[in-house]
Amino acid sequence: MPKERLVVVGNGMAGCRVIEEVLKRDPERYEITVLGAEPRVNYDRIMLSPVLAGEKAFEDIVINDAAWYRDNAITLHAGRAVLRVDREARTIEAEGGLTLAYDRLILATGSDPVRLPLPGADLAGVVTFRDLDDVETMVAAADAGGRAVVIGGGLLGLEAAYGLVRRGMAATVVHLMDVLMERQLDEASGWLLREALSQRGVETVLGAQSEAIVGTDGRVSGLKLKDGRTIPCDLLVMAVGIRPSISLAAQAGLICGRGVVVDDGLRTSDPAVFAIGECAEHRGVAYGLVAPIWEMCRTLADVLTGDEDAVYEGSLLQTRLKVSGVDVFSAGKFSGGEGCEDVVFRDAGRGVYKRVVIENGKVAGAVLFGDAADGAWYFDLMKRGEDVTALRDTLIFGQAITEALRGVDPKSAVAAMPDSQEVCGCNGVCKGVITTAITDLGLKTIEAVRAFTKASASCGSCTPLVEQILTLQLGDAFEVQTGPKSVCGCTSHGHGVLRKRILEEELKSMPAVMQALEWSTPDGCPTCRPALNYYLLAAWPGEYRDDKQSRFINERAHANIQKDGTYSVVPRMWGGVTSSLELRAIADVVDKFAIPTVKVTGGQRIDLLGVAKDDLPAVWADLNAAGMVSGHAYGKALRTVKTCVGSDWCRFGTQDSTGLGVRLEKFMWGSWTPAKVKLGVSGCPRNCAEATCKDIGVICVDSGYEIHIGGAAGLHIRGTELLTKVAGEDEAVWAICAITQLYREEGWYLERIYKWMDRVGLDTIRAQIEDADLRKALYDRFAYSQRFSRIDPWAERVAGRDGDEFNPLSRRLEFVGA
Amino acid sequence: MNAMLIPATGLWTDVGAITDIPRRGARRVPTPGGDIAVFRSGDNEVFALRDRCPHKGGPLSQGIVHGRSVTCPLHGLAIDLASGEALGADRGQGCAPVIPLRIEEGRILIRTDG
Repeated sequence: MPKERLVVVGNGMAGCRVIEEVLKRDPERYEITVLGAEPRVNYDRIMLSPVLAGEKAFEDIVINDAAWYRDNAITLHAGRAVLRVDREARTIEAEGGLTLAYDRLILATGSDPVRLPLPGADLAGVVTFRDLDDVETMVAAADAGGRAVVIGGGLLGLEAAYGLVRRGMAATVVHLMDVLMERQLDEASGWLLREALSQRGVETVLGAQSEAIVGTDGRVSGLKLKDGRTIPCDLLVMAVGIRPSISLAAQAGLICGRGVVVDDGLRTSDPAVFAIGECAEHRGVAYGLVAPIWEMCRTLADVLTGDEDAVYEGSLLQTRLKVSGVDVFSAGKFSGGEGCEDVVFRDAGRGVYKRVVIENGKVAGAVLFGDAADGAWYFDLMKRGEDVTALRDTLIFGQAITEALRGVDPKSAVAAMPDSQEVCGCNGVCKGVITTAITDLGLKTIEAVRAFTKASASCGSCTPLVEQILTLQLGDAFEVQTGPKSVCGCTSHGHGVLRKRILEEELKSMPAVMQALEWSTPDGCPTCRPALNYYLLAAWPGEYRDDKQSRFINERAHANIQKDGTYSVVPRMWGGVTSSLELRAIADVVDKFAIPTVKVTGGQRIDLLGVAKDDLPAVWADLNAAGMVSGHAYGKALRTVKTCVGSDWCRFGTQDSTGLGVRLEKFMWGSWTPAKVKLGVSGCPRNCAEATCKDIGVICVDSGYEIHIGGAAGLHIRGTELLTKVAGEDEAVWAICAITQLYREEGWYLERIYKWMDRVGLDTIRAQIEDADLRKALYDRFAYSQRFSRIDPWAERVAGRDGDEFNPLSRRLEFVGA
Repeated sequence: MNAMLIPATGLWTDVGAITDIPRRGARRVPTPGGDIAVFRSGDNEVFALRDRCPHKGGPLSQGIVHGRSVTCPLHGLAIDLASGEALGADRGQGCAPVIPLRIEEGRILIRTDG
């Protein structure tokens, strides 16, 4: 009896693997023919990235060489695309007039790279990244040096860019979304990846929409973005996704969706024709990764060798990035969701971020960066749907630790640790050193152990272990937690450590801080984020970009929210001085916008209450037109400088208190501070400006200016303390700016000046302000920061900044009843 | 995505693209029955609630979005974005009604009853 004829269209990963699986099961059953459009034997397409990077040669990635085809009596027609399938005659027709009959036909035609229909897409030097020909084109381009732009910050795009950099080109990845590999990574890991790529010479431009490819003499010369920028390049790679290659199937009349539709036995709508791999669509999903292909091949081989009931049920996906030295793994629900719980681990020293998502006691997904060794384990737990409740505490540390500690009481495990076992990896401290120090030196706190042994003094991740050793040694005598309180539940560090490390380690973005200080959450909470945003702004003026989503609504909307959701608007009146022009403009605004309440504030300002949020920019535009700017009555910022009329009018006035107040406010406005800062300048000790209950107050006297700090008249009532006395107005301004800067640099977020003063001591502050060099340095830093701060936020928003803050998402729901 | 997979038979209205909302932010959609707040989390999930805190009616769209919750700008209640329920110490304080929502090709569709 003649063998059945099995014809496979596609000599790629799926096509050859299914043959291997069939041969494994029943080597004698079929007479096998393979047709491939590429003129070469079967190779491992996912290893093209290392070939591009020069880390592997083509020979290394060949899966089946010519001998394999020969030994298994497989006929290979390489370089022959199949043109037609005649399902009635059960024949196929390929290039070169080749016609073959089949009993069973497998379509493994794979996918085609998506080409963006951009103007200029047909220029020379514009390529996709799909097969060895593409790689050869890219390698040839790279040999000439120059610059490459890769459109697409997904897996393939990043691997392409990295490969080109390895080949000596400068490469920039242009990505539409604001996170790299956003389908696999959350923001924290996406940021780490961006940093790691940048260190390897791959630049990334996020949130960038491509508009056109520009060229000269028919060759690509750059990519123009929608925002007007043009990135010059000599090679442009489109890596924006793949589309199942279905034209042959569609032409043969098989049912196609996005891919060739198959059932659980990988049968198409014609039971003699099967489809597998990237061209197939199974249960509505077309896969673009290799693991599902292997699973499909196994099922199909079962079906083809007698087990007609074999079932493929779809695949869970896992992804690994192939960039040398950058370990990235992602699987399943990496970003949580309803009913999910996040377990986050960061190791700043090793640049590790791990997030495991648990749902109903089972692993639902994981994203690992920097150490992906346990990816396979998490993926396995996920696939098996194993209940991990019992492993919850150690799960994030990986398989080795979890299995070592399974069923072991942590305390007895610590007790059983030999003295020679290392506890603190950063500083190389063994258990014995710690127990000896506790006994010999009589240490009772974690801080003391840190101070004497350095255990847990660096990254801090062994702190719980050191605490357990203390508990074991001392029992109840162990004094828990005596250090400063942590900022919030996301971190074990206090404000002081945070501020110090931001400066010392030059941490300049929120993800950088969260990684370096090993935040236990992916992106912080409403307590730490506003604090971090302020610390970064204060540390890196002109460099750090304010994150408005980390600000409370008042600072985001530049107005004060009221109980009914409307806002109040307080224009700045320098030193409390106004004019008929300003008052008239305010009156006009009140009429025009029907503002219900106008109120004079305690800080000598006029408050317009009850403004609808949508109206804010228009209200500000009118106030701006009369020369008024934001009064920052809503901010942790310089609020008001309250003055009395001083020597200009008052018969008791000793100095020009109004003039000094106006001068201070005009120089200091717009500065962000840990908490609100109110100033007062009184022209004589009668103190009509109530300067001695302000954060910083000036009392003018005949011989000069007394500068007081640390007053408050709110939740707490505090009179100021005299800090220093200066003779001239200039010196008064210098001293006040220096104090403010010292507070900006040392204060903890939401800590008013009086609390800061209580914490660090008035004498410490005085010593720095009275030292001429220190004072000047502080003043200079304040003045530098002010270059970026004295900008009216209202005018910026009138001009359109943060439009999404003030405009509703949609005005189109007018007809929908609700 | 927090898309509720409900067949497109009701009055689904396209209110904008996911990217129209800042990450960890919210936008309002005015309706005759009051504002709807549409949130986008750091993980790119989208949620919609009536824009009224169950405590004292604060506009939740103006709060800080963190994880899958929002903190009311008026008195700091944390509200679960998926259920509208108050979280933590305020659990049981009431609920901001959830608005049915689904995502199609990066567009946000919401449905208001009636």
